[in-house]
Amino acid sequence: MLGGIGALARFWLDRAVGRRWVRPFPYGTLTVNLTGALALGIVIGIALKGDAYRLVGTGLIGAYTTFSTWMLETQRLAEEDERMIAARDIVISVTAGVLIAWLGEKIGAAL
Amino acid sequence: MGWLRQQVKAAGDPHALAAIFAGGFIGAVARAELGQAWATPRADSWPWTTFAVNIAGAFLLGYFTTRLQEELPLSAYKRPFLGTGLCGGLTTFATLQIELVRMLDTGHIVLALGYACASIAAGLIAVTVATNLVRGAIWQP
Repeated sequence: MLGGIGALARFWLDRAVGRRWVRPFPYGTLTVNLTGALALGIVIGIALKGDAYRLVGTGLIGAYTTFSTWMLETQRLAEEDERMIAARDIVISVTAGVLIAWLGEKIGAAL
Repeated sequence: MGWLRQQVKAAGDPHALAAIFAGGFIGAVARAELGQAWATPRADSWPWTTFAVNIAGAFLLGYFTTRLQEELPLSAYKRPFLGTGLCGGLTTFATLQIELVRMLDTGHIVLALGYACASIAAGLIAVTVATNLVRGAIWQP
């Protein structure tokens, strides 16, 4: 169930960001993915386990963030000769993603 | 009441939203089931479940998106269901990041780099191959 909600949340946030920042760079997906990484970090940090983790971590946040859209957008950017933007997207997503997830774990552990 | 109605309308076409919800539901369940079926990765082992669903999802999204872009008449519900819903729900960015953090935290730097690079490379290749497959098939005489 939460998977469906996660997907909807991603759709809305991506659309909202896309309306405000009409640029080739996929800020919508980045926003979704980084907020999701932070959230999952916090969930791990507070040591949610079992069914609760499956629902919130795997279900909700897992469906909320997306690897496939990130890959598709990058590939399409590269196709449209926006290779620099594609490269930046990859680097920023991964480095910021790891940092923010790590930060989330620390925050969760402190809660 | 007027404001509420406006917000509901702004949320989007209810059928498309339902399609996204259904797709996300199925994708997430598939990923969870696979995660249950395969062993939970330790910090020093390759996270096969996440890797598999991510690459498969990237391939599928490349396939569906390219297919639906070229398909006429345009379907209002297939893309939300298959793309945003199913592939978006099946794949996950957050879990990948957590796995990388775990690897780095426990000193498995090479593994982390390998996993990150492999995921991205395989993901991009998957999208490209799927896209080209569809385009090649469409333009077949």
